[in-house]
Amino acid sequence: MLDLLKPPVLSVQEFFVLSGRAIRNVARRPHYVDDIILQMDTIGVGSLPIVVLTGFFSGAVMALQLTKALMTYGAVGKTGELVAITLVREMGPVLTALMVAGRNSSGMASEIGSMKVTEQIDAMRALGTDPTQKLVTPRLIATAIVLPLLTIIADFLGLVGGFMIAYFLLKMTPAQYWNSAWQALEYSDLFQGLIKPFAFAFVIALVGCHYGMQTTGGTQGVGRSTTRAMVVASVWIFVLDFFITRFFVGV
Amino acid sequence: MAGPASSTALRFDHVTVRFDEVTALDDVSLEIFEGESCVILGAAASGKTVLLKTALGLIRPDAGRVYVFGREITRLPEDELQRIRARIGMVFQEGGLFDSLTVEENVAYPLRYQPGARYAPEEVRRRVEEALRFVELEHTLEKFPSELSGGMRRRVGIARAVVTEPDLLLYDSPTAGLDPITAYTIMALILKERDTRRATTVVVTQRYQDGVWLSDFRYNPSNGRLELAAGDGEVGGAATRFVVFREGRLAFQGSRAELEGCADPYVAKFARR
Ligand SMILES: Nc1ncnc2c1ncn2[C@@H]1O[C@H](COP(=O)(O)OP(=O)(O)O)[C@@H](O)[C@H]1O
Ligand SMILES: [Mg+2]
Repeated sequence: MLDLLKPPVLSVQEFFVLSGRAIRNVARRPHYVDDIILQMDTIGVGSLPIVVLTGFFSGAVMALQLTKALMTYGAVGKTGELVAITLVREMGPVLTALMVAGRNSSGMASEIGSMKVTEQIDAMRALGTDPTQKLVTPRLIATAIVLPLLTIIADFLGLVGGFMIAYFLLKMTPAQYWNSAWQALEYSDLFQGLIKPFAFAFVIALVGCHYGMQTTGGTQGVGRSTTRAMVVASVWIFVLDFFITRFFVGV
Repeated sequence: MAGPASSTALRFDHVTVRFDEVTALDDVSLEIFEGESCVILGAAASGKTVLLKTALGLIRPDAGRVYVFGREITRLPEDELQRIRARIGMVFQEGGLFDSLTVEENVAYPLRYQPGARYAPEEVRRRVEEALRFVELEHTLEKFPSELSGGMRRRVGIARAVVTEPDLLLYDSPTAGLDPITAYTIMALILKERDTRRATTVVVTQRYQDGVWLSDFRYNPSNGRLELAAGDGEVGGAATRFVVFREGRLAFQGSRAELEGCADPYVAKFARR
C-alpha cells in the first residue's frame, strides 16, 4: 500500500521542488533574456490564431445561448452585459488557458522530455548551466507575461463575437450592446479576469516542465509525458479556477 | 609532463548509486591518476554511464565519496560543482548535442556559460573554429546537429568537450554504433587530444579494440595516424588501466596483460578483439 503511494508522492514533491527553484530563479542571475523572448514568441504568437478563433466563437455561441433565455424574460437588451461578465470572469481566462495548456504544456513536456532522454539536460549541467534556470524559468516568465495578454485578446474577440450575434440576429444597435457590456464590468471583474490567467500560467509552465524533466524511457517516455502534462495541466486549471472564483464570490 | 602516481584525477571510494530497484553502482572503489588513460568495459546496463555521471557530480551517490582532482565533490553545492566541471570535458553517448542550437553555438556553449569563462566574442569564435578544425568539421559551423551523420555528431561532441582544454576527459561509448572506419576516426581524435595535451582520458566502450588503441598506440602528429607505441602499455610515461564492470560492481581492474590473462569468463569475454 505504501509502495503504491510512493511514486505519486515523490512526483508531487519533485514538482514543488522544481517550482520553488524556478520561482526563486526569477529574481536571480543569470537571466536568459533570449530564451524568454523566444518562449514568448512560441507561446504568444504561436497561440494567437487558436486563441482568436476560440475567443470569437465562444462569445458568439454564448450570445446565441443567452438570447433564448433572455427572450423569455424580455431582457434581450442585457446580452452585452451577460456576455461581458461571463467572458471576462470565466470563459476568457479558462478557455485561453486550456488552449495554451493543450499547445504549450504538452509542447514543453515533449521538448524538455526529448532533451532529457538524449542527455541534453545532463550536457547542460555538465557545461555550466542550470537547466531550471535555462529552461524552466524562461518558460514560466514568458507564460506569465503572455497568458494575461492572450486572455485580453480572447475576451475582446469574444465580445466582438457576441456583438455579431446581437447586431445581425437580434438587431441591437452597436451602442446598446457595447454600452451595456462596458458598464457591466467592475474593477473586481477585470482583476479576477487577469489574476486567473496569471495563476494558470504557473500551472501551464510548471506542469509542462515538470513532466518534461521527469521523462524516462526513451521516445515512448516522451509521448507519455506529453499527454500527462496536458491532462494534468487542464485539470489543475479547473481546480484552481474554482478556488479563485470561490475567493472572489466569497468577498 | 604529469607522470603516473603523481596525483589522482578521479577517485571513487566505496561508491554506491541506487535507482528505485536497481543498484547501478555497488561499492565501487577506483582511482585514476593524472595523465593516465582508463578503459571502462562492461555489458549494457552495467553502470558505466552512471560512473561517468557520478564523476561529474550529475548523480549524487547514495553512499561513499567521490574525489575529483583531490577535492571531494560528494556533497558540494551545484555552483561549486560547476567550477570543477569546468575542468572536465564529457562526450555523452550519441554526442548529447543541443538540437536547437547550431554546431557553432553548441561548441561555444561551455565558453559562454561555464563559470569563470569570460571570453570576448572574437575569442569565442576563434576557439570554436580551432576546436572544429581539430575534429575536421570546420565547414559545419552553421549546420544543426540533425543535419549531421552519427559520426559527425560525435566529432562535434568531442569538439565541444575539448574547446575549454579540460584536464580530464570522459568519453561515453564514443564508438558505439559506428562502422569500423568512423570508429577509427573517433579513436584517432581521442588519442590526438590525449597525446597533444596529456589530458587524463577515460573511455567507456564495448569494443576491446578501442582499449588496444588507447593502451598500445599513440598519435603521430606528422602524418595524423595512430602508430604502435614503443614500450609496453606505457604511452608517454603514463599507463593505460582497464576496468571491467559487471552489474554495477568492479569485476576487474588492471593492465592489458592482466586482463588478457584473467580467468573469469565474464571478464575474459571483453578481452577478445
Ligand atoms: N536516471 C536513471 N533512473 C533509473 N535508473 C537508471 C538511471 N540511470 C541509469 N539507470 C539504471 O542503472 C543501470 C546502469 O545504467 P548505465 O550506467 O546507463 O549502463 P551502461 O553500462 O550501459 O552505461 C541500468 O540498469 C539503468 O537502467
Ligand atoms: Mg551507457
